[in-house]
Formats: sequence, structure tokens, C-alpha cells
Amino acid sequence: MKKYIDQGKNDTRSGFGAGLTELGRTNPNVVALCADLIGSLKMDQFIEENPERFFQIGIAEANMMGIAAGLTIGGKIPFTGTFANFSTGRVYDQIRQSIAYSGKNVKICASHAGVTLGEDGATHQILEDIGLMKMLPGMVVINPCDYNQTKAATIAIAAYEGPVYLRFGRPKVANFTPPDQKFEIGKALHLIEGTDVTIVATGHLVWEALVAAENLEKQGISAEVINIHTIKPLDVNAIISSVKKTGCIVTAEEHNILGGLGESVARVLATNQPTPQEFIGTNDTFGESGTPAQLMDKYGLDNKAIENAVIKVIKRK
Amino acid sequence: MPRLEELQDLTTQVRRDILRMVHKVNSGHPGGSLGCAEFFVALYNELMELNEGFDMDGNGEDLFFLSNGHISPVYYSVLARSGYFPIDELNTFRLINSRLQGHPTTHEGLPGIRIASGSLGQGMSVAIGAALAKKLNKDNHIVYSLHGDGELQEGQNWEAMMYASANKVDNLISTIDLNGQQIDGSTDKVLPMGSIRAKFEAFGWDVLDIKEGNNLEAVVDGLKKAKSMTGKGKPVCVLLHTIMGNGVDFMMHTHAWHGKAPNDEQLEIGLAQNPETLGDY
Repeated sequence: MKKYIDQGKNDTRSGFGAGLTELGRTNPNVVALCADLIGSLKMDQFIEENPERFFQIGIAEANMMGIAAGLTIGGKIPFTGTFANFSTGRVYDQIRQSIAYSGKNVKICASHAGVTLGEDGATHQILEDIGLMKMLPGMVVINPCDYNQTKAATIAIAAYEGPVYLRFGRPKVANFTPPDQKFEIGKALHLIEGTDVTIVATGHLVWEALVAAENLEKQGISAEVINIHTIKPLDVNAIISSVKKTGCIVTAEEHNILGGLGESVARVLATNQPTPQEFIGTNDTFGESGTPAQLMDKYGLDNKAIENAVIKVIKRK
Repeated sequence: MPRLEELQDLTTQVRRDILRMVHKVNSGHPGGSLGCAEFFVALYNELMELNEGFDMDGNGEDLFFLSNGHISPVYYSVLARSGYFPIDELNTFRLINSRLQGHPTTHEGLPGIRIASGSLGQGMSVAIGAALAKKLNKDNHIVYSLHGDGELQEGQNWEAMMYASANKVDNLISTIDLNGQQIDGSTDKVLPMGSIRAKFEAFGWDVLDIKEGNNLEAVVDGLKKAKSMTGKGKPVCVLLHTIMGNGVDFMMHTHAWHGKAPNDEQLEIGLAQNPETLGDY
């Protein structure tokens, strides 16, 4: 089984910051906006190098989304930065009308998604953002898994014409994908080939899926692990061809199972290849204060939970 | 024919277009549309520097954003009569498969429209963004926007107002249609807003009143004055005092025709008060 090595823990938001810095150097049309969270979003370097291309909006996210939409008129490629909660739910109608329906080339970059934001608690831990954003017609939804992939995704979305939601997080997590990877929007990555079960994971849960696969191997279970960094458009063929081989699937995401990646996968399978499926995600609940590890454990989002779901779904074949 | 007379004729024709559009589909918003006919005619014919044809980026020309998208009939009429799309297409307003949606949108590719509006309170932010892009592009043209007075009850406007003055967005002229009416009654009854001038001034804008917002000459002169106030470090607000339903006597001075179409008989009365000038579509 292919092994993945943690090259040293890092946060996905820093991957965003690094990608944005590179874009600042390579693409003069890229501009950045922030709603009073420069440090949290790791935008400092971009701002230092391109002060004229940065807009500090203040604590006014609705205005930020509107200004971003306006900046596209004239050819700019705006990247907005704030927490995932304030990037989506707080400004849903602004995104819906001024960005999505208007077809504007805005990149909504959202940090601190999910419960791993940690101690700040449920007011800041959005677990509904993937659902909100994937329902908007024409919106691309991306949730990369580690520092390197977030950096690559940030660079890739600048070259794509249209609205994008890029979701990443706060904690330092394993960094295991190649530093020089090419990021292809909508193209799933087969991380491990397997025959007994397909594990489809996104964001922070990709590493957990890899750990689970290693533990499962010791029990004689061969798990195929797919990194779905793009939730919309979903790589339908990658999912269908994998379950044709394995016959069952576990989806894993740091998000409510209502409206998340799992439901998108279930829809694809129900209409193409009905397959037993188990869902790893939060179940119609808010989060709470705690350390990321405690919360991942309590809300059933770690490798143990994935392992148990695999054992359960294999029995349903 | 002197220029002003030409524009008067156009304004009358625009009012006819508005009435006929909303009557045909028995829906739409004639009140605010009629009240802003002079503003649109003045803006597109006397104020804005416009390129031939239409492209989304609008580099090297003035831009306009309609924030109170429900007054789409006046917008569509003036865009069509400014050559953005065939005048005949006004026939398709609010019909299935039309580019002339109930509220303006870029989604169907109608030339002249650069943002969707309808859900209120979003246009000032968009106009600021476009004005910032102009500054980055070293494009010295002006961005205009129009907002309802009732629309100012949406909080996003105040975020935008704060931002525009703090960041010296001085290539922006935002006009407020002060007709004092909104769906449920007068603005003073629904949610009194006090002095809008004082509020804009407190937010750091230069403010100019056009007291006779339905007097074409006054509107042209006022907007030219507003234009002369740009480039001086502050965003410019025009308070355009209009009469909702202007030009059709039974529709004037009331919120009743905010979102209601005239019936056959009422249409005839309205059209008789606005005799055909440039030819109906």
C-alpha cells in the first residue's frame, strides 16, 4: 500500500497565504480584500508586496462581497478573505445576487471552517458552508486537504473564470501532498488503490482517511482512498469507477452530513450505481469549544470513526 | 429642434414605454420608474461618456449601476433607446425566455447591464468596487449608481457609505431617489430615516440636492454640478427629489403604484397624458 509521509505539520490557511503571495508576483490582475482578519488569513505578505492591490474593508462582509463583485468589472480577480462563517452564511444573499447570479469572477476564500477552529466555539465553527455554496448555480466549491494542496488550489483558481468558494482551516495538520503539485479543479486524486471499500474524503479528513486505511490494512481490509478536493463539480467518474470495484463507500468531511460532500456522492451513486454508503461528518448539530483533537474525537471525525464506518459498510455489501 | 426639447420628447416616450411594458404583463413597477424617467434620460444622454457597443469591463467609459432593480422598466426603455438592444425587445419584458427579466440581470446577457439587482441594498458596494477598479486601471471615468430612499433601510448601504468616504472613492456619484414612498406607505410612516443629507454628510460624503427631480433641465444641471464635484477626495451623493408615478396624474404622490400595473382603461388615460413622440415600440 502506498504510504504518505507528513512533511511537517502546517495550516491550510498558510497554504492560502503562500498561494496568494505567489499570485501577487505573477498575476497583476489579482487583488485581495479582507474584513479585519489579515493575520488569521495569512495575507500579510501579499499586502506588503502589493499594497495598492489590497483593500481593507473593515468588519463589513456584505460590503466586501459587493465591492469584490464590482472589482471584476474592469478585469480584476478579487480574492476575499475572512472566516468561513462570515464568508457564506453571513453574506449569502450578497454572494447569490451580486456574485453567483451575476456570474462574477470572485474567489471567496474562507478560513477557520469546521469544528477544528477549536476554542472559539460554535458561533465561528460553520458546518453548513459547503451545502450553502454548492447549491448556488455555477459556484465551484473546493476544500483542499493540506498546506501544499491549498497553495496549489489558490493559484489554480485565479486561472479559472467564474465564482469559486475555497474552504480551508485553522489548525496545523499533516502536510503530505507534493509541494509542486498541479491542481486540477474537479479532478479527484486516487491516493491509495484498494479493493474492499472506497473512502472518499475532503479537507482535513483526507489525512484521517489515510491513517484509517493503514490501520485497516493491518486487519486485512484493502481500502481505496480518494481525495475529493473539489466538491463541485464532483468527479463523478472517479467515484463510480471506484465503487464498481469495491462495492461500498464511506464519505468523510468536516461538515454537516446534511448538505455536504456525502450527500453529493449519494446522489451520484443513487442515479448511477446504487451502493451501500456510510457518512462521516457532523450530524445535524452545532460544534462547541474544545481543542481540535477533542472535537474531532467527540464529533466522530477522526480516523477511528472512519475505520468503524468502513467495517460497518463492508458488512452491508 | 433644441436639445432640451428632444430630451423632453424622449422622456415622454420613455414614460409611454414604461406604462405599456407593465400593462402588457400586468406586473412590474411603474411608480418608481416614472419618477426616474428624467434622471435616466439625462444620465444616458447628457452626462455619461459611453463607448460604442457594450463590453462588461467598461474600460474607458462611465458606468452606471441600478441598485433598486425593481425600476427595471425605465432602465430597459432608456437602454434600448440608447442603442444597447433593439427597441422591439421591450415587448418581451417579464415574458418567458426574455433577456428583460423582472429585475435586471447579466445572466441572460442583456447589453448595458453589469450586475444583477433586485434584492435591495447591494448596488453601492458594487459601484464602489467598479470605481476602485477604475482607479487601479488609471481610468478617469465616473461610476454612477441609483438607489431608492426606502432602500437605504438596508444596512449594507451604510457599510458602503463608510467605506467610500474613508477610502476617498471620489469617482463615484450615488443618487438617491427621494420620492418618500415604499411598498407599505410613506418612508416616514414605515421607518422614518430623518435627514438623509445629514446622514450622508456625517458619513463623509459631499451632498447635492436636485430639488426638482422631474424637471429635466434641473436634473441635467444638477448632475453636471455633481460631476464637477468628483475627484476632490470625497464620494458624491445626489439627493434627487422626485414624485413617484410622475407624469400620470392618478399615479402621482402615492405608493399605490409602486408595484401595480394599470388596467386597459388606466393605460389609455396614462398614454393620453403622454402623447407619442418618437414612436412606440
